[in-house]
Amino acid sequence: MATYAYEHRPDHGAKAGVLAYLATSAAVLLLMMVFGLLMRLEQAQWISIGADRFYQLMTLHGAGMVGIAAIAGASVMWHFLRQYVDLSSRIFIANLVLFLAGVVMILASVLLGRFHGAWTFLFPLPGKSMGMWSADAAALFMGGLLVIGVGFLLLHLDVARAIVARYGNFARALGWPQLFGHDDGKAPPPTVVASAMVTIVNVIGLVVGASILTMMLVNLYVPGFDIDPLLAKGMIYFFGHVFINATIYMAVIAVYEILPRYTQRPWKSNKVFLASWTASTLMVLFIFPHHLLMDFAFPKWMLIMGHIIGYLNTVPILVVTGYGALMIVYRSGIRWDMASKLLFLSLFGWAAGAMPAFIDGTITVNYVMHNTLWVPGHFHTYLLLGMVTMVFGFMYYLGKPDHETDDRPIDRIAFWLFTSSVLGFTLSFLYSGKESVARRYAAHLPEWVPYDRIASVFAVLVIASALLFVGRFFARIGLARHDYQRAPLARAATA
Amino acid sequence: MQPIAWQLSLVLMTLVAFGFAFVAINSGRRQDDYAPLQKRAYRLRTRLFWGLVLVFGPAMIYTLTDLPYGAARARTGSGPLQVIDATGYQWRWELSQDHVTAGRPVEFRVTSADVNHGFGIYDANLHLVAQTQGMPGYTNTLRHTFEEPGTYRILCMEYCGVAHHNMMTEIRVDAR
Repeated sequence: MATYAYEHRPDHGAKAGVLAYLATSAAVLLLMMVFGLLMRLEQAQWISIGADRFYQLMTLHGAGMVGIAAIAGASVMWHFLRQYVDLSSRIFIANLVLFLAGVVMILASVLLGRFHGAWTFLFPLPGKSMGMWSADAAALFMGGLLVIGVGFLLLHLDVARAIVARYGNFARALGWPQLFGHDDGKAPPPTVVASAMVTIVNVIGLVVGASILTMMLVNLYVPGFDIDPLLAKGMIYFFGHVFINATIYMAVIAVYEILPRYTQRPWKSNKVFLASWTASTLMVLFIFPHHLLMDFAFPKWMLIMGHIIGYLNTVPILVVTGYGALMIVYRSGIRWDMASKLLFLSLFGWAAGAMPAFIDGTITVNYVMHNTLWVPGHFHTYLLLGMVTMVFGFMYYLGKPDHETDDRPIDRIAFWLFTSSVLGFTLSFLYSGKESVARRYAAHLPEWVPYDRIASVFAVLVIASALLFVGRFFARIGLARHDYQRAPLARAATA
Repeated sequence: MQPIAWQLSLVLMTLVAFGFAFVAINSGRRQDDYAPLQKRAYRLRTRLFWGLVLVFGPAMIYTLTDLPYGAARARTGSGPLQVIDATGYQWRWELSQDHVTAGRPVEFRVTSADVNHGFGIYDANLHLVAQTQGMPGYTNTLRHTFEEPGTYRILCMEYCGVAHHNMMTEIRVDAR
């Protein structure tokens, strides 16, 4: 077995493009959080915006959050991957431009065209609004998603080009020679392995997503071009699952790159690491039927496959990445600051959120919990306390004035406020799911309202702490471009 | 089922939290020689992996023995099958009949005349007891035996437009 030692790498500041990605993500994140709060307040019967407006906000919240998760995740991947491969800045910027163009189209569709068919645009709802929106509004929404998808496809093709130019092929980028042969310790670093995985799954996912969007766009104006609703559902969930999952696999690169700098311990691509990422590549592609467990007409072997992969998919998260973070932090002498705390917390959020998620993927559980608030309960845990927290950690890291700077008391308070309020918020969702509260309801039955009120209070606290994190990032954005050591050295061993 | 899912999730999330808290508490004093620590940690990881396999492997397989797709659930009741054709429309349910007898299996043949809907059966305590999707072009067969008489509500479980949350109806279950 190869032995691994920590090698210090110089700390590069962020390119302007990375900061533009992060600034866009942060601003849209706050806005979408406010939209989410408005939805909870409406369900709590503390405000009255009406079902029409509620579902518009719901559509924007879903599309917006998935979009900025992808943008933020891509910025983390691009920032660190360019240490190892030669990426195109122009394509990186082109993706952001296309993203913003898509956002404008989506905003126009919803705010002007009153489209509210949900971000999942399940066929044939966009074309059957009962007069609530026009075919043009639906086309603008789906066209916006398509434009955003094209941007990401370009980005991933550029990443693919750069990886192949440096490593020869994807098998080598995934470390297969070391995984299936002798581990000579020369497997690509975790950042490259993760980027290769994300590129493979997202290129496939985006092509499938673009295909169904194009089919549905044609169907909007040529109804004779018929689409099988079950096929459409399968394609949408395949694309949607891959795309949102990939955001976590991109953002976790921040953990792989930054935590070793704090602990001066290596996070290397050994056989177990490589095996888990190869397994995740396959599992992310084949897990999507767990979204269709209540579609009894779907092929049963695929539904059972979704159930089984739901269990298996949890193993790499717990045993490799989560456990890996615990290993390098244990007795490391790490000096905790906002960046290291948030990155450590993010892996807890990811691993903890995976628990109710795999339970939901159990067919017999799904039978009584599918499309209840249990679902947003688990995905808000691993996205908000996992993926978004990784990005907050990355933002704090980039903006850290120097490696010895202490955090301000208000930031420390915000960290604990964020941790506790996100847990309160997500547990409110999960408890509501346990009580069978249906998902995506503009108005709740009187029995459900108390849970909505508790969730609303936690949502306000989540937004307050996120506001401080984002404010701190913008206040320090000028520092983020410079090259200097940000991570404090771990404490020396004591005799 | 829901209380089990909730309690199991809480236990597992708490165990994960303990793991992270334990490491955070023991992170301050540095052990410079990482190799022996790594060796011990890898050993523990192997045990953790096999522990997960031993606990969750059988659970994964056992839960596959009670799938809602076959006729197994209906066997809990006795007597002739009661059939209800259910069709979802934006935004109402059309049922071929709205009352059944408790203790006798019911077969719901669920479909949709327009967009995707979800056919969710709620008991008197407002707990979801069974569901399937209602899809245009497909009929999903849901078999369920109502053990308790009373009024059950049917709620839509798939977002279908502006009045999705109002898409409800009732089924009366009479005592045998």
